[in-house]
Amino acid sequence: MELSDSVLDHLRRVAALPDLSGTRYELETEIGRGGMGIVYSARDRVLDRRVALKVLDLTPAGEAQLIAALEHPAIVPVYEAGTLPDGREFYAMKLISGARLDAYLAEQPTLAERLRLIWRVGEALAYAHSHGVIHRDLKPQNVMVGKFGEVYVMDWGVKAIAGTPAFRAPEGPVDQRSDIYGLGALLRFVLPDPNPPALAAITAKAMRADPAGRYPDVPAFLADMERFEQGMAVQAWPEPLWHRLRRFAARNAVLLWLLAAYTFAKFLIFFLRKF
Amino acid sequence: MNKIVAGLLFGLLLGAFDGATAWFYPEVRPMLTGIMIGSSIKGMIVGVLSGWFARKVQSTAWGIVVGSALGLLFAFLVAVMDAAKGKPHYLAIMVPGFVVGAIVGFLTQRIGTRDLASERTR
Repeated sequence: MELSDSVLDHLRRVAALPDLSGTRYELETEIGRGGMGIVYSARDRVLDRRVALKVLDLTPAGEAQLIAALEHPAIVPVYEAGTLPDGREFYAMKLISGARLDAYLAEQPTLAERLRLIWRVGEALAYAHSHGVIHRDLKPQNVMVGKFGEVYVMDWGVKAIAGTPAFRAPEGPVDQRSDIYGLGALLRFVLPDPNPPALAAITAKAMRADPAGRYPDVPAFLADMERFEQGMAVQAWPEPLWHRLRRFAARNAVLLWLLAAYTFAKFLIFFLRKF
Repeated sequence: MNKIVAGLLFGLLLGAFDGATAWFYPEVRPMLTGIMIGSSIKGMIVGVLSGWFARKVQSTAWGIVVGSALGLLFAFLVAVMDAAKGKPHYLAIMVPGFVVGAIVGFLTQRIGTRDLASERTR
């Protein structure tokens, strides 16, 4: 008996599904695929809640332990790790309902909302770096935005992953500055076109080919972003005089209007006093 | 620097400057020192009250409204005293006083800490 291609595909898919017997989880659907494994949604029968279950193809270098050590609002918490009957390792984590960053941008968020996302990603990175963890693969597909605007950074620090070309630092051995490159690439990705020159300069500094030319750490990157948001000069860009004056006028518009009103009133009174 | 001190300083500086502009009026130039002192005191009172308001209410718009109202009120009192001496200058005193009050009200909202406790923790 010959089987059609569609039947064969179906059988292959079913054969590849993880065997969750002996675990507390009940498989639902596949929700994503990455270089290290497949992510499924599943139901935790004990606690009666939905979770994300990552089943790893390769023997991981402590991926679950690595993530579990990071407790941060923007890092998806790991609930449990274990081994399936077929020998593959898995871990269960919080199931995020929301959109991936690239899908979220299709909703045309404002510049402030886009910058807030990068800020949250940066905070998570700074926290991870302070614990000696490097992400290695920052890209829009690894950032989720929840229904209430919460931001999650996923797929942390797997050494087997070399990074995604458009977001990967050019240097060989990666360190924290490689993540700063990725953060700059992420900022460039979320910015609308045309974008303010100060933000373009921040992106360019973070993405310099020479790691020594980048921001020394994530807080320095975030500080420059904060300067931009507060209408101050950013360190990455020696702005021209006209731009400095325009920024000053924008920051102090009310004061300048009041001073103009005072000057106008004085002139008016001075010239009207003889009439 | 707390907001009351900030208001005092801005009121003093702007009041003195506003008083100094009387130099452009030859008819009152001999009384310039007295005008500057009076205008500085008026500015300081408006500044202290605006600073006190800024500690209670954090709103640039309300800061400008209250500052300009205080400026107008105290400028009116000064204008009444001035009128009692002879030729009245209501417009020349009250309009700039109104705008200076607005500027002081704005500055006290923007500059200075809201209370002494937050200043101590800085």
